[in-house]
Amino acid sequence: MKTNDVILQTVTKFVLFVIILFSIHLFFAGHYYPGGGFIGGLMTSGAIVLLLLAFDIKTVKMILPFDYIKVVAVGLLIAIGTGAGALFFNMPFLTHAYTYAYLPLLGKTSLHTAVLFDTGVFLVVIGVTMTIIQTIGESE
Amino acid sequence: MSLLHLAVLSPLLLAILIPFLHKYFKNIHTGWFLLPLPAVLFAYFLQFISTTSHGGTVMETVAWISSLGINFTLKVDGLGLLFALLITGIGALVVLYSIYYLNPDKEKLNTFYVYLLLFMGAMLGVVLSDNLIVLYTFWELTSFSSFLLIGYWNHRERSRYGAQKSMLITVFGGLSMLGGILMLYIITGTFSISETIQMSNEVVNHPLFTATLILFLLGAFTKSAQFPFHIWLPDAMEAPTPVSAYLHSATMVKAGIYLVARMTPVFAHSGTWVWLVAGVGVLTLFWGSFSAVKQTDLKAILAFSTVSQLGMIMSLLGAGAAALHYGTIEDGYYIVAVTAAVFHLINHATFKGSLFMVTGIIDHETGTRDIRKLGGLMNFMPITFTLAIIGTFSMAGIPPFNGFLSKEMFFTGMLRVAEMDFFNMDTWGILFPIIAWSASVFTFLYSMMYVFKTFTGKYQPEKLEKKPHEAPIGMLISPVILASLVIIFGIFPNVLSHNIISPAMGSILPSLLENGEGFDVHISHWHGPTAELFMTIGVIAFGLLLYKFMPKWAGIYSKLPSRMSFNRFYDRGLELLELTSKNITKSYMTGFIRTYLVYIFSFFILALASTLIFKNAFQLDLSDVAPIRFFEVVLVLIMAVSAITILFAKSRLTSIILLGAVGYTVALFFVLFRAPDLALTQLVIETVSVALFLLAFYHLPQIRRNEERIRFRATNALISIAVGAIVTMIALSAHSNKTFGSISEYYVENTYKKAGGENMVNVILVDFRGFDTMFEIAVLGIAALGIFAMIKLRLTRGRELDENK
Amino acid sequence: MEILMAFLIGILFMTATYLMLSKSLLRIIIGTGLLSHGAHLLLLTMGGLKRGAAPLLGEHAPSYADPLPQALILTAIVISFGVTAFFLVVAYRAYQELGTDNMDHLRGKEGHE
Repeated sequence: MKTNDVILQTVTKFVLFVIILFSIHLFFAGHYYPGGGFIGGLMTSGAIVLLLLAFDIKTVKMILPFDYIKVVAVGLLIAIGTGAGALFFNMPFLTHAYTYAYLPLLGKTSLHTAVLFDTGVFLVVIGVTMTIIQTIGESE
Repeated sequence: MSLLHLAVLSPLLLAILIPFLHKYFKNIHTGWFLLPLPAVLFAYFLQFISTTSHGGTVMETVAWISSLGINFTLKVDGLGLLFALLITGIGALVVLYSIYYLNPDKEKLNTFYVYLLLFMGAMLGVVLSDNLIVLYTFWELTSFSSFLLIGYWNHRERSRYGAQKSMLITVFGGLSMLGGILMLYIITGTFSISETIQMSNEVVNHPLFTATLILFLLGAFTKSAQFPFHIWLPDAMEAPTPVSAYLHSATMVKAGIYLVARMTPVFAHSGTWVWLVAGVGVLTLFWGSFSAVKQTDLKAILAFSTVSQLGMIMSLLGAGAAALHYGTIEDGYYIVAVTAAVFHLINHATFKGSLFMVTGIIDHETGTRDIRKLGGLMNFMPITFTLAIIGTFSMAGIPPFNGFLSKEMFFTGMLRVAEMDFFNMDTWGILFPIIAWSASVFTFLYSMMYVFKTFTGKYQPEKLEKKPHEAPIGMLISPVILASLVIIFGIFPNVLSHNIISPAMGSILPSLLENGEGFDVHISHWHGPTAELFMTIGVIAFGLLLYKFMPKWAGIYSKLPSRMSFNRFYDRGLELLELTSKNITKSYMTGFIRTYLVYIFSFFILALASTLIFKNAFQLDLSDVAPIRFFEVVLVLIMAVSAITILFAKSRLTSIILLGAVGYTVALFFVLFRAPDLALTQLVIETVSVALFLLAFYHLPQIRRNEERIRFRATNALISIAVGAIVTMIALSAHSNKTFGSISEYYVENTYKKAGGENMVNVILVDFRGFDTMFEIAVLGIAALGIFAMIKLRLTRGRELDENK
Repeated sequence: MEILMAFLIGILFMTATYLMLSKSLLRIIIGTGLLSHGAHLLLLTMGGLKRGAAPLLGEHAPSYADPLPQALILTAIVISFGVTAFFLVVAYRAYQELGTDNMDHLRGKEGHE
């Protein structure tokens, strides 16, 4: 199936970064504004799906050589590990902590262990979505 | 964890090691690793005699589920100790015997000994635990290990049949007993046996009493193979002979006896108990001995004999419980029955154990157990013959063996039942000595058959597979020890009376004793010319007569209708049960997903509609509703129309696009309803979903709807409309009925305070309800793995067909 | 608005049920998709509609929309995506292996209980 999709490909190259930047913003803003791991993860996967539509699976695999099943595993480990971390401080499983810090350039910033947990969610969502899409797309 | 706990659990712990020992020490018979354990345990339990013989007990507790009153409490008292000594003592002898009986090259020794240890530990747990739930747990474990051991030669159809039968019957009893235990807990509020005994007055006067009693007795009767549950025991003889000697004569089948003895102080103040236990016991005694006579297999004779002897002990316990009717030891006219029960329990273990081992030897050395093929073995196996004589004569109640003493006491006990003037015994009580006596005649008869048809008479070498010769010395050690005990207990019965029998009786009839007092048991051989003596003489005389003229009267056995037998009842019942349940299951498990969905939706409609109606839950409150704006109506219309259009869509593509339209509209609704997180998620998900559907598009078939008939569609439409209506009503009622405030206030208040965030939805997801999210992503991961596996790991056609065969 | 939504949800459930009862696998999958949309809207409607601002403290509003149903729905959306994908693959693998998507033909074989 060789069609002329130069426009789509060119636009994709540009839009891709906007979407990914936006999704990262959504992810980090999650604690305060709409967003979070689920939405961020889905948005990132959406960007990759767009890439898939514009190019083909082989090209995308070359650009992003991840084994998405492993991404799922890493995400789950991070999420569970964050939860288990609380146990070391003699707190119930999944107790989160946060603090505020003054970082250069960013000023007053809040630091949450919840973000770590959300990172796990983020990775799992990307991993799952891409595993599903990729395996279905590859099977002919 | 005390030493006592360790002792009870040690067989189970050793069972873990056995497979490794078996694997790494191939040249040594695995039984040798086992042998020290029961021997050491036997010695360990012996030292408790000094405590129990003065009426003392030892109690150790390990907390288990304390909040429910379930603790692993072990209690050593006279009764428990007697059983523990039997289990470990006979256990040691049986293991020794099995080492020579089982050929290490042909049999799977590791599994055999693992099962045997499992049984040993379970049985110790049954007789020593003071908590009913713990007792029940071990009780079922004995059933399981018995099942495994009966089915040990699982390539034989009869073994599997016997194993299943014993399992079904004993587990049925076990479950009944569990019901009894729970009812007893309702009455007393405790699972502790010692505490329950203290409350026996409340138990007897409680309305649940009779039901509790019957459930407990069902447990005891099935386990101890009492009439009519005795049918499993003869089939259990498919087990290797050491197992039959150990489980199915000396120990496990006595668990029911143990339970009856243990619960006597709780239940026995009532006439129901005395009648049921004594009545069923004496009936079993008769039926067992009567059936034993017609058997031709040596082991079957012993099996029915065991049934009958168990009935005898049971009837003695029932009769002896009448002693509690008076309440002091002075009036204990009926106590002799309990003495006889305990004494015969020991005697039976000794002579029946040795007889089973003798049977094993005969089987081992001649290749058959059929008395029609055997005969004249006396000259080939003189030692075995002597052992058999000792065992059978004791069983038949001939002096000077121990069986004679307990049989005499048994007659005394039964004669006294006839004299009882309470519990309506004066009307029917006279039957007890009569049945007991006639059963004893048959006992005498089959005992003589066992020994004389095997060892005397004509030697028939042509019918035997092997040339018979005396057994190896190792196989003879155990039966020789048991047979010597038969003689020792027969001549000096009082070595047992103070140390073993009296404390055991103290546990069965505790209310008769003052503190520190004990039963003064003295067993003597000669009582003068009493009724019992004449009964014994009568048994021998009449038994000899019947033996001599056996061919003349044996015809009555064939007159018994076989269609009416309990075995047939069991077989037919089982067949019918399987067939009926299969048919019932087949009638509703059609294999069509649609049928199942119809069930689900119908239940959904019925349950929810009836709740709405009967709880009067349907209300409509129009006062507090959000305003409707024009474009919202448009959105609703778009969604409704696209949803309905899917029903009539002819192509896949249209359906998918319409589904997407519904999804995007949902996202717009989320925007309207102030749910930005949801709106974003829904938008992205919908996009990815549509991409997914399109990807899978090429692989999916066209929609064909013309196959569906009108009636099919009408049913579907009816169900769908009902579901839609119900859901609408629920949504309306949920809006109109606000019975309590939302719990969301908590999240609104604490999102910043406790979690330092501002987006409540996200904070709930990652913090307040983080567990949900964690499991959710786990589920997602599983779904992805499932998809991955389904697509990547394909079975090739050929292999798949192979599997479907 | 709640009343209107109640009827819309009823329609969604009705169509979803009808689709799930049909014989074609694809229609069953589309039915489950519709069912989850209906369920999400039902949850949201039960919590009350348009009461207060979006559940973001940054809005500094006097009252907020109920955040709990929203959190539940968010979870449900993602899960239903996973489930739909799973169904889809089951359907297409079944079609590939067995050559039919008619539920009548997709029964277990006799003697295969």
